[in-house]
Amino acid sequence: MAYNCVVLAKQVPDTQRITGKVMNDDGTVNRSALPAIFNPEDLNALELALQIKDRFGGRVTVVTMGLPGATRILRESLYRGADAAVLVTDMRCAASDTLATSYILSCAVRRMDYDIVLCGRQAIDGDTAQVGPQLAEKLGIPQITYIEALEDLHDNTIQVRRNIGNGWQSVKSRLPVLLTVTGEANTPRVAAAKHLMKYKKARTPAEATAEIKAINPNAVEAEIKELSETRCDALKARGLLIEQWNLDQVEADLTWCGRGGSPTKVHRIQSVVLAAKESKEVEPTDEGLAEMIHELIDDKIIA
Amino acid sequence: MIDVNRQGEVWVFAEQHGGKLEETPIELMSKARHLADTLKVKLAAVLPGDEVRHLSTELIHYGADKVYLVEHPLLRSYQTNSYAKVILELIGKHKPQIVLYGATAAGRDLAPRVASAAKAGLTADCTDLQIGTHKAGKDGEVHENLLFQIRPAFGGNIVATIINYDRWPQMATVREGVMPMPEPNPNHHGVIVTETVRLAQDDLPIEILQEHKRAKKVDLKAARIIVAGGAGVGSKENFKLVWDLANCLGAAPAATRPAVDLGFIDHDHQVGQTGTTVRPSLYIAVGISGAIQHQAGMAQSQKIVAINNDPEAPIFGIAHYKIVGDLNEVVPKMIRAIKEKGVKD
Repeated sequence: MAYNCVVLAKQVPDTQRITGKVMNDDGTVNRSALPAIFNPEDLNALELALQIKDRFGGRVTVVTMGLPGATRILRESLYRGADAAVLVTDMRCAASDTLATSYILSCAVRRMDYDIVLCGRQAIDGDTAQVGPQLAEKLGIPQITYIEALEDLHDNTIQVRRNIGNGWQSVKSRLPVLLTVTGEANTPRVAAAKHLMKYKKARTPAEATAEIKAINPNAVEAEIKELSETRCDALKARGLLIEQWNLDQVEADLTWCGRGGSPTKVHRIQSVVLAAKESKEVEPTDEGLAEMIHELIDDKIIA
Repeated sequence: MIDVNRQGEVWVFAEQHGGKLEETPIELMSKARHLADTLKVKLAAVLPGDEVRHLSTELIHYGADKVYLVEHPLLRSYQTNSYAKVILELIGKHKPQIVLYGATAAGRDLAPRVASAAKAGLTADCTDLQIGTHKAGKDGEVHENLLFQIRPAFGGNIVATIINYDRWPQMATVREGVMPMPEPNPNHHGVIVTETVRLAQDDLPIEILQEHKRAKKVDLKAARIIVAGGAGVGSKENFKLVWDLANCLGAAPAATRPAVDLGFIDHDHQVGQTGTTVRPSLYIAVGISGAIQHQAGMAQSQKIVAINNDPEAPIFGIAHYKIVGDLNEVVPKMIRAIKEKGVKD
C-alpha cells in the first residue's frame, strides 16, 4: 500500500551561527546577520517521508509558508527526493503567530491528498513546537509528537516510538495522522545528483515571470504575461513547476490570518545582556585559588 | 476563545503521571500564586486523571485555592485528545483569564492542541511571567493587568515579552527548572471542585503499546553545586578532571551541549537551552566559552566560577570569579586547595 506524505518545512535564520549584531539599533532583529537555512528537524521530517516513499511508494509533497526566498528550501527538498513542492506566500501572512500560521497551513494541506502529515518537532528560530499540534487540531486528525523511530506501517495503521522526555513510548494510530519528528529519528540524506540535475530548473510562477522579464526587458505586460503562462505550462508538463498559492487560492478566511488573526503580540524585545554584578580576577596559582575557596566557604557557598 | 474576563481565575494544569505530580507544574505554583494575588483572583489547579484525588491536597499545600478534579478511567494515561477535551470544556465553563502548563513533553503536546481548538493565544517555553500594562503604539489603547509571557527567542539571543490582550485565556507553557520549587504549606486551605467530563473511546485515537521510563543519571536541578565542563576540556579522558572536582565538592557533574555532542558525558548532564536549566549556589565552568545557549541555562546561579585560557571568553562576562589559565593546571590546584581547607564531600 502506498502512502501520500505532506511535509511542512520552514526556512529559518540559522540561530546557531550568528554573524555580526543580532539586534539593530532600533531594537528590531537584524535578519541579515542570520543566514537562512532549512529548519534542521524539518529535514528529519522530510527524510522520514522519503523513507516511507522508498519502502511503500506514494508521493511526498513539501509545503512551506514564507517569503518567495523560501523557494530555496523547496528546491532543496526536490533535490533530496520530494515529488512536488508548494510555496504559500502572501503579504497578508505577515506577522502571523503560530495559531494563524497553522490555520493558513491547514487551508493549504486540506487541498491535498494525504495519509501522513509530517513536521519537524520545532523550528530553531522560535522553538515553540506549536504549529504541528495546532495544524493537527485544525485538520481534525490525531497528532503524535517527538517521533524517534517509525516502527511499523501497514494498511491503515502506523506505529512509532516517541520521546517523552524521561523515556519513550511506543504508540499506534490509524491514518491519517500528523507526526512531529525529532533530530534523533534519522540522518537526512543529501541531494542526489539526478534530482539536482532535474530540479535545478524548477521554478515558481513568480520566478519564471521574473526570468522572462529579465530576458525581455522591452516587452509590454501582456507579452510578459503570455510568455510566463507558456513557460509555466511547459514547466508543469515536466514536473518542474513549484506551485505558488496565495491566501485567496487556499480559500483562507482573512480574519484568522496575519497580524489580525494572531492572538499573541510582541510587547517588547530585548537583547540578552547577562553580566555578573561584581566579579574578580583570580590568579591561577595555589595562593589565588586557596583564597577564592576560602571566600566561598566564608560566604557559605561551599560547606 | 473566550472574551476578556478580568474576574477569571489563574489556572495551572496539574500534570500527573501514574498518580504522581510532575515537578514543573509544582515549580509553577508559586509564580502562579503571585500572579493570582496581583490580579486579586483565585488560583486553581486543573487535575485530570484516574484515581488522583489524593493529589488535590498536595496542590492546595502548594498554593491552590481550588482544585478542579476530573477523574475518569479513560484519563488514566495522558493522551492529547482526551486531556485537551477536559481542559477545553473547563475553560468554556469557568472562563479563566490565565492557563499555564509546564513545558514538559506532555505540556508542549497538549497546550497547542487546546490553543488551536480554543482559538486562543499560546506562548511556548516561558522563563518568566509578570503582570504588566501594554500600550499599543504611542496613542494606542492601554491594556492593564496583562500576562507578560517572557521567553528567549532566536536561539537565546533575544528575550521577547509576548502578550495577548483580546483572545483569552492567556496561555503559556513554562520551562522546566526556571522557577524555584516552593515549600508546601500544610496550613493553606482550598476547595476541591469535582467536575465531570463525558469521554468515550473515540477520544483516545492513539493506543499506547509500551512505555519505558528511565531515571535521569543525575538530578542537576536539585544540585547545590555544579561543576560543568565544555568542549575546552578536550577529551572524554580529560573530562575526569570535571568528575574529580565535582567529587571533592559533593557537586553534580554537568556539561555544555558541545561537550555532550563530543561524547564526553551523557546528555542527562547537559545544561543550557536544550538541556536542563539550573540555579545552584555555585556553578564552576571548566573550559566553557559561554555560548548564549549555555548561559540561558545557568546564568541564574548564585555564584559562578569560570576557568578558561581565553580571557575574551564570553563566560567571563557573567562570572563572579574569573580564572584565566590552563584548566589542566588550575583544576588540580583547586582540588588541592579544597582538600587543604578541609571541605567535606
